[in-house]
Amino acid sequence: MSGLAILIPVALLMGLCGLGFFFWAMRNDQFEDLDGAAQRVLIDEEDEPS
Amino acid sequence: MNAITPLGDAQTQAVISRFAVPAIRCAGCIAKIENGLNGEPGILSSRVNFSTKQVAISHLPELAEDQLKQKIEALGFEAQILADNPLSEEKGSTDKLIRALAVAGFGMMNIMLLSVSVWSGATGVTRDLFHWLSALIAVPVIAYSGRPFFASAAMALRYGRTNMDVPISIGILLATGLSLYETATGGAHAYFDGAVMLLFFLLAGRVLDGMMRDRARKGIGALLKQTAPGAMVLIDDGSTQWVATRDLRPGMRMMVAAGSNLAADGVIEKGSSSFDCSLMTGESEAQPKGEGDLVLAGTLNLSSPVVVRVTATGEDTSLSDIARLMDEAGQHRSFYVRIADRAARYYAPAVHSLALLAFAYWMIVGAGWHQSLLIAVAVLIITCPCALGLAVPAAQVVASGALLRKGVMVKDGSALERLAEADYALFDKTGTLTLGHPVPVNLDDLSLNQKQIALALAQASHHPISKAIRTALQAENIIPARLDDVEEVPGEGMKARWDGQPVMLGKPEKSADHLSSQLSVGSDTVILHLKDEIRPDAAAALARLQALGLPASIISGDNIGSVSRVADALGLAAKAGVSPQDKVEAITRLSDSGHKVLMVGDGLNDGPALAAAHVSIAPGSASDVGQQAADAVFTSASLMPVALSVTVARRTMQIVHQNFALAIGYNIIAVPLALTGMVTPLIAAIAMSLSSLIVVGNALRLNGSAK
Repeated sequence: MSGLAILIPVALLMGLCGLGFFFWAMRNDQFEDLDGAAQRVLIDEEDEPS
Repeated sequence: MNAITPLGDAQTQAVISRFAVPAIRCAGCIAKIENGLNGEPGILSSRVNFSTKQVAISHLPELAEDQLKQKIEALGFEAQILADNPLSEEKGSTDKLIRALAVAGFGMMNIMLLSVSVWSGATGVTRDLFHWLSALIAVPVIAYSGRPFFASAAMALRYGRTNMDVPISIGILLATGLSLYETATGGAHAYFDGAVMLLFFLLAGRVLDGMMRDRARKGIGALLKQTAPGAMVLIDDGSTQWVATRDLRPGMRMMVAAGSNLAADGVIEKGSSSFDCSLMTGESEAQPKGEGDLVLAGTLNLSSPVVVRVTATGEDTSLSDIARLMDEAGQHRSFYVRIADRAARYYAPAVHSLALLAFAYWMIVGAGWHQSLLIAVAVLIITCPCALGLAVPAAQVVASGALLRKGVMVKDGSALERLAEADYALFDKTGTLTLGHPVPVNLDDLSLNQKQIALALAQASHHPISKAIRTALQAENIIPARLDDVEEVPGEGMKARWDGQPVMLGKPEKSADHLSSQLSVGSDTVILHLKDEIRPDAAAALARLQALGLPASIISGDNIGSVSRVADALGLAAKAGVSPQDKVEAITRLSDSGHKVLMVGDGLNDGPALAAAHVSIAPGSASDVGQQAADAVFTSASLMPVALSVTVARRTMQIVHQNFALAIGYNIIAVPLALTGMVTPLIAAIAMSLSSLIVVGNALRLNGSAK
């Protein structure tokens, strides 16, 4: 029983963290250009200014 | 298009403009455009959206949109200025639904963890504690995620109607209330898991529905050409300045280059040219107009540059009449009731009276009001239209995804439902049965050598006729010849030297009644005729529609001569010289005699008819008005997608009906269990997820339906 007192809050907290992160990602337009993100990995960044 | 955002550090304000760049295909294109633009003076930042093939540029207000467009074109990409997409207003609603879905998913998983322990035999204090924890999670989750349903149910009840959301809301609220009571009194059964899971599955259906709408609207938004975002205006001192359409005023003089659209109605002051009015009136032949003639906004200047004095802008143009007609015509369509809501009309009263009867029966038998209420809630939960809520959107999303891969964008689920019901097809001629732009018809008169020269000359020009010749020659895999001293003679054509001889592609010496172009190599001359051709497999597509039980006929604003040519070639009945108003009336007559009309059209003049018909489809080359009024847009040159979408829509409705049958079959097994009081929260949870999975699995069979 005493384990539950720690484990349940921990489980809920981790779930809330995941939820919070998803909300953050949506607010910052992380899902706006999914195909683009896949393509941008391939860009050769040698001549980019920064 | 100009969202003004204040800049934190700079004193000026940045403006964001968006451009459609359909040619973005790879990572290299992204890098080329972004690196190319970011160095330019006045441009603060640029960002390519690969999924939507758009570029968003944040720049100083001094830079006009057409300058930015030229910069993108200088990098080797064709670009179009994008207006605020009028279809994208509802985008925020899907985001809200996704958030609600995420919260419901979080709640469902955590409550389920606690519930599993309760089902495994937790008793006494542990069970009470777990019920309290579940309540603690469930109440805020239901309050947040249930809002879309509660709001819609409240709206329906306020107008004395009922829809799918009414039984859902009542079921969820009753289950939550009863579970809270059970928890407070230390009872054995709490339905928090069931209520939250129900919300999760139903929200999944709503999110699917919303994503399908957004995807199609984004696709169509990228096609919108925004007929003329503005014009080059001549100022008194002789210089020119770019003026956006909304800032044009009567009396201004616009320079209209060949190949551009008119931004406002006006009178030609200088020059003469032929104009393509096909999107406005349906006339396929180019109209020659000279000084003093009236030209309308939205028409395309085909041959040579002219100066036009603006007489009417914005609301006053000839376009506004059509917009008013469309508003009137589109009103009846809002009366269409979607199949899920039609099902709910019978479903909701049946379920509610069943639950009420169960409650009354157990009260009479003497089970006590607590036990009776528990059973009534179990009936509500088990019959809650979980599978029904998923049955329709899942099938429609899979079907529209399959259609999208074939180049048909369906705007929403109700369009598929209405498409399946259509039993008569009306076609516009220009731009719908025909391609809507001239193509050269006698290329075979040219020798290989002449073709190579013609292509090389056509490539160097942006003139619409050159573009048509270029496209046709490139389709034959012709390699352009190497030319020297290529130059454009305004109003005449392209001139160059090939192998020492002068070559030219331009205006023919004697003009024909249709569009033509003259190629001269040395002293040889060949006239190229351009005509608006019938779409490649129009006859086959019409035959397939006929086989599906949709007889077709033509209704066109063009003159009788050109209409009968097409009508004879395709073997259809036809009506020519029809005004937009008459098109709407023809559709009304057909609907009054019991037909459900499918209208296929592209022009501004078809806009009211597209809005008035039971369901409508427009080609991707259609006017903005046409694409916004239509329920679906197809992008290929072939007409086959029209027949294909009818087939797919009917398959979809078959699957939807199967899903309904499955959901009802499941209820026939589950309801007696609930009525006899044998349903525990565990059984409810298993039944609910199982029926949803079966329905979604059945819908996935539509994936290969568009073949």
